[in-house]
Formats: sequence, C-alpha cells, structure tokens
Amino acid sequence: MSSSYLVLPVLIPLLAGALSLLFWRSHTAQRWLGVMATGALLWTAVLLLLLTWREGIQVVEIGNWPAPFGIVLVSDLLGAIMVVLTGITGFATALYSLTSIPKQHEKYGYYPLLHLLLAGVCGAFLTGDIFNLYVWFEVMLVASFALIILGGERAQMEGAIKYVTLNLFSSALFLSAIGLLYGLVGSLNMADVADKLSQLSGEERGLVSVISLLFLVAFGIKAAAFPLFFWLPASYHTPQVAVSAIFAGLLTKVGVYVLFRFYTLIFIDDTDLTHTILLWMGILTMLVGVLGAAAQFEFRRILSFHIVSQIGYMILGLAIFTPLALVGGVFYIMHHIIVKANLFLVSGLVYRLRGSYQLKDLGGLYRSHPWLALLFLIPALSLAGLPPLSGFFAKFVIIRAGIEAEQWLAVAVALLVGFLTLYSMIKIWNEVFWKAVPEGASCTPRIYHPQSEKLGMYYLPIIGLATMTVLIGIAAQPIYELAEAAAAQLLDPRLYIDAVLGERP
Amino acid sequence: MEVVMAVVVGILYATALYMMLRRSIIKLVIGLVLLSNAANLLLFTAGGLTSGAPALIPEGMSALPPGAVADPLTQALILTAIVISFGVLAFAVVLIHRAYEVVQQDDMDEMKDTDR
Amino acid sequence: MNGKSPTKMESSLILRAAGHFLLPLLVLFSLFLLLRGHNEPGGGFIAGLVAASAFALYTFSMGLKSARKTLRADPRDLMGAGLTLALLSGVPAMLQGQPFLTALWWPLTLPLLGEVKLSTVLAFDIGVYLVVIGSVLTIVLNLAEAEENAEWKS
Repeated sequence: MSSSYLVLPVLIPLLAGALSLLFWRSHTAQRWLGVMATGALLWTAVLLLLLTWREGIQVVEIGNWPAPFGIVLVSDLLGAIMVVLTGITGFATALYSLTSIPKQHEKYGYYPLLHLLLAGVCGAFLTGDIFNLYVWFEVMLVASFALIILGGERAQMEGAIKYVTLNLFSSALFLSAIGLLYGLVGSLNMADVADKLSQLSGEERGLVSVISLLFLVAFGIKAAAFPLFFWLPASYHTPQVAVSAIFAGLLTKVGVYVLFRFYTLIFIDDTDLTHTILLWMGILTMLVGVLGAAAQFEFRRILSFHIVSQIGYMILGLAIFTPLALVGGVFYIMHHIIVKANLFLVSGLVYRLRGSYQLKDLGGLYRSHPWLALLFLIPALSLAGLPPLSGFFAKFVIIRAGIEAEQWLAVAVALLVGFLTLYSMIKIWNEVFWKAVPEGASCTPRIYHPQSEKLGMYYLPIIGLATMTVLIGIAAQPIYELAEAAAAQLLDPRLYIDAVLGERP
Repeated sequence: MEVVMAVVVGILYATALYMMLRRSIIKLVIGLVLLSNAANLLLFTAGGLTSGAPALIPEGMSALPPGAVADPLTQALILTAIVISFGVLAFAVVLIHRAYEVVQQDDMDEMKDTDR
Repeated sequence: MNGKSPTKMESSLILRAAGHFLLPLLVLFSLFLLLRGHNEPGGGFIAGLVAASAFALYTFSMGLKSARKTLRADPRDLMGAGLTLALLSGVPAMLQGQPFLTALWWPLTLPLLGEVKLSTVLAFDIGVYLVVIGSVLTIVLNLAEAEENAEWKS
C-alpha cells in the first residue's frame, strides 16, 4: 500500500473539493470538511515524508502505465517536504477561514476552490511528468484566479487582471517550451528527458539552452523573480487575508520548487549560462523586493514585496549550486512558507481588530493586545533573520555557502537585504503596535460571523505557526539534516532517474 | 509544411503580443486567446508533422505498420491544452465582464490603483 | 426594456422552435458519444460539451428560468457528483493493490444485450461528462444571469 501515500495528497483535496461542491448549501459542513480534509492532507504528507526518508525515492505509475509512457508520481525528499508544508499551510488556513471568511464568499465557492488550489499545488510537487506539471499549474491557477476575485471589489478586479494576464502569459511560454522540448527529445517524463538530454550530440546543445531559458522565464514569472514580479505586489494584497496567506505561502514557492527541480535534474549541462543568470536574478530579486517594501505603507503590500525579496534568497541558494547552497535553499523554503503565511494571518487579525491595513490608521496594538504583538514579532524577526529563530539559520547557511563559493557580491547583498528586512519589520512594529492610536483614526472591527465568532480561532493557527518557527530555530539540527538529505538527492540526478525508469546498465 | 507552420506560429505570437500591449481589456483577452492558440500550434509543429497517416495501428497488427505514423501523444497533449485554455479563457471572459461592471472602464490605464 | 418581463430574453421564433426539439436530440446524441467513446472517437469530454451546448442553446432560446427548470439539478451539484464519481473510479484499483486509476473490467453477459463490459473507465468517463456539463453550465448560467440583471437595471 506504499503507493497510496503518493496518491492521497492529490486525491484528498480533490475529493474534499468535490464533496464541498455537493454540500454547497451547508456552509457549516463545508467549513468542517475543510478542516478535516486539510488535517488529513497534513497527516498523509507527514507519512509520505517518513516513508521517503526511510526508503528513498517513491514512484507510482498512475493507471499502471509504465514510465516513461504513462504519468508517474514521484516523491523525493524535496517533493515530500513541500507537500508537508502545503499540508501545514492548508490546515492553518482552513482553521483561520472558519471565522475570517464572509458568508458571501462561502456562498460563491470559497471552500471548493481552496481544495482545488491545494490539489493543484500538491500535484505540481509530486508529478514526474512535465506536461502533467503544466496541467497541475493550470488547476492551481484557475482556482487562484477565482479565489482572488471572490468578493468582487474594485481593487480585486484590477489586481486580478494583472495576475491573470501575466500568469497566462507565463503558461503559454511554459507550453511553448514543452513543445520544443518534446520536439527535441520525444519524451516529457522528467527522468527520461534528463536521461536523453545527457546523451545529446553537440549540435543540439544550443537548442537545449534556448529551451532552458524559455523555461526559466516561464517559471521566473510564476516564482515572481526579478524582473518578472510586478504582478505579485499588484494583486496579493487584494483578496481575503486567508487567501493572501495561502498564496503568499505556497504559490510562488511552486515556481521556486520547479526551478529547483529543473535546474538540478534536467538542465545541468550549461550551468555557466543558466546558473549565472539565476545568480543575477536572485541578487536583483532580493534587492528590488526589499527596496520596494521600504516605500510601502500598507501592511499587506509591505509583506507582498518581502515575498519577492525572499524568493531571491531561495534562487540564490539554487544559483550558487554547491551542496551547502542547496541545503540553504531547501531550508529557506521550509522556513519561509511557515513564516510568510503567519505574517499574513497576523495582518488579517489586525484588520479584524482595527478595520484597516494602512499603517497611518493603525497604532496602539501593543497596549491593547500585547500577546498579538509578541506573535507578530516571532515571524517578523525570523523573516529578518535574527537568532535563534528559523530565519537566522536559513540565511546563515546560504550566506556561508556564498562565502565558500566566493560570491562576494551575493553575500554582501544578502546581508544588506537582511538589514533592510529588519528595517521594514521594525517599521510595521512601530506603526502598528508601538505608536499611540492616531487621532481621528476610525476603528471599526470587521466581524464576519457576529453570532459564532471566537477570536481564539484567529489565534490558534497563528500560535501554531509561530511555535513551528521557534521550534525550527531551536531544533535546527534535525531540520538541517533533512534539508541536507534532500539537497544530496537533488545533486545526484541519477538517483531520481533510476528510481523512475529502473536501474539500467 | 513545417516552414509554413513556423511562419503562422510566429505571426500568431506577434499578433497576440500586439493585442496584449493595447490598453483595452477586450483586446487583452483576444491577445490571450491568440497566444494560447499559438502555443498549441507550436506544440503541434514541434512534435512532428505527418500527413495521411493516422495514429492508429490496424486491427490485428501487434507492431507499428511500416512508414510514417502520426504521433498520438502530441494530439493528446494539444487536446488537453485546448481544454485547459478553454476553461481558463472562459474564466477570463467572466473576469473582464465583472471588471468592466465594477470599474466602468475598458482602459487598462485606468486600472492602476493597486500599483501605487 | 419597456415593461417586458426581464426573465425572458428576446429571441427569434426560429430559435425558440428549434430549441424545443434540439435539446432532447442533442442530449441523446451526447449520451451516444459518451458510450461510444469506449472504443471509438468520442468520450466524456466531448459528450459533456455537446450536452452543455444543448442546454446553452436552450437558455438562449427559452430564457434562464425555464433552462434551470429543465435542467432540474443545479450545475454545481453535477460538478460535485461528477468529480466524486471520477475520483472514486480510481479507488477500486488501489484496494486491489494496484496503482491509482488502473483500469478494471467486469464483463457481464446480459440476456438481451449480449456481452456488456462494465469498467472503472466507464465510471470515470461518466464523471468527466457530468463535470464538463456542470462547469460549462455554471459559467453560462452565471453570465446569462448577469446579463438579465443588467437588463433589469436599464
């Protein structure tokens, strides 16, 4: 039955989505179904990770069609880790949604879309087929399109048009690249493609580089890397905060994950070209993101720009391409998803209490809600990289890898961006929590469920994620070892290829 | 044949980009439609063109018939891609309809509130 | 709309007349396509599109209200039921220890029809059929509704 662990992370959210569609008349049933399904997703994901950790890369040939002809689901450690993180974010969001999603949104299918989104994300993490990856990307995108316009406010429409256009553009590039790749090697199974590309003759190498750059642009847009990130800060602050949180935690990371997968498994011949471009992408992404955040005075927009800047660190980890740097990149993804989703959830709670995201309208929350202030500080300082929180180790590993690889510019920028991130977080701290309530600021709490609301349901996921941040910091050693093992698998593509296609002489 | 297809695909991409760069959101969606069609045609062409040979093995034969046979995989891929772009573009049409209702504008330049 | 009932869109006589008898014909044809898709060109997706376009045509000719009435089920229910069916069709294989979605066949010999092959593939196809009808009609009916609301306002 080991094969079912691979299928369940995709099957559970899809089935939950179908059932929530059937129960669309009962909001209560949908809410609790959401919590149960994401809980089950988290549980199976952890089991999958344990299985992969103990027994190596797991492969299932869907429908019993043998690879490379059929579609395979593959779980190596990186994929399994990502699925666990999806489970964590999904579970936290489902809990948070219990009281934070207005009835109107539930009526228009919030829960089915949420499950569909999670299914798409898990599918993208587990698939071993490039075209299937495209399908999961589209599943994820359709769900996210609909989630981003739920509510139908003007800002959401404007944000959604940019989001939809640029993501569809990137999908078209992705599809074109798939076409060219298929024309070149005649296969779309990732392991098979990697195997065949390594045997290509010299003349066709040039075309491989073109294809790899086309993929780079497509996934660069999805991952919101410089200079292709403009859709993100234009749209992520517009939907409901639970939606923002799951977008911030997961969606761009799918792009990053695919970059990790493609540029450690498939396009590894021309690293002088691709990884140099990745390096500059990483550096500029970090810098531009953090500078953009410095100029913002809206809670969620600041956080959105910080997503961009943090993506830079992960790409940097991939671009340096030493074992240590990859460990740093994987560690950074783990830390970032939890911290970023949590920060958005905190901003939602602030909005619930004060009815605004504008820093100038907020203030005095430290006096009235000291525990909330603490719960903000944990992820915020972790994001900036202060010890002993999770972000410190993530940044430390990447910067150390940079020093060892003698990428001095990257190291300098990474350190500088750390300071600027701290500046941004202190700005939020000062404005939202520390300063007195500004005069004339309207304070209208946003309560969506007046009868049944319990503030504890807002706090519960925030506390859970903050605890995880602290734990990753305190118990960094086992997490580091996990990241190390995942990076070791990434650096040896033969493992992946043999697991999928079987050992060949 | 490949050359003709390549030119057609190129023209489609160029038209799509031109339409997407216009300020009207209707033209933007038309551009997206053309873009997805261009990508599908590219996939079709790059997968190898064969004419007059269907992707079927005659009944009773266990191996490939001699001569060229069309590749069924590209057709399957394109069918899937068409289905997906159908769904996504149907959504895009709903989106611009709603956006037009809310913003009362067909001009992208008027939709920059979220960029500030 | 000078006092006319907003629930009925303006449509030509020809369209109204055609809509009446095209609907059952097209739905029947879609079922034919669905079952034929087993071994020959056809299948759940195309059949679903044909059925959905039949109902879309009916919506244009007879108006939203009567279309909803003729459809009986809410499109969202169709989508949910179809998706559930399609996903569950992959589960029997898992219970037998084979990978998800492996096709299983149960040939049956019925008195009049001869040999009938029941399979998980058929269940999957019917699921797809329902999902396609459901999702296309959700979009079409929503758009038609928005259109009628706009007419109501003007």
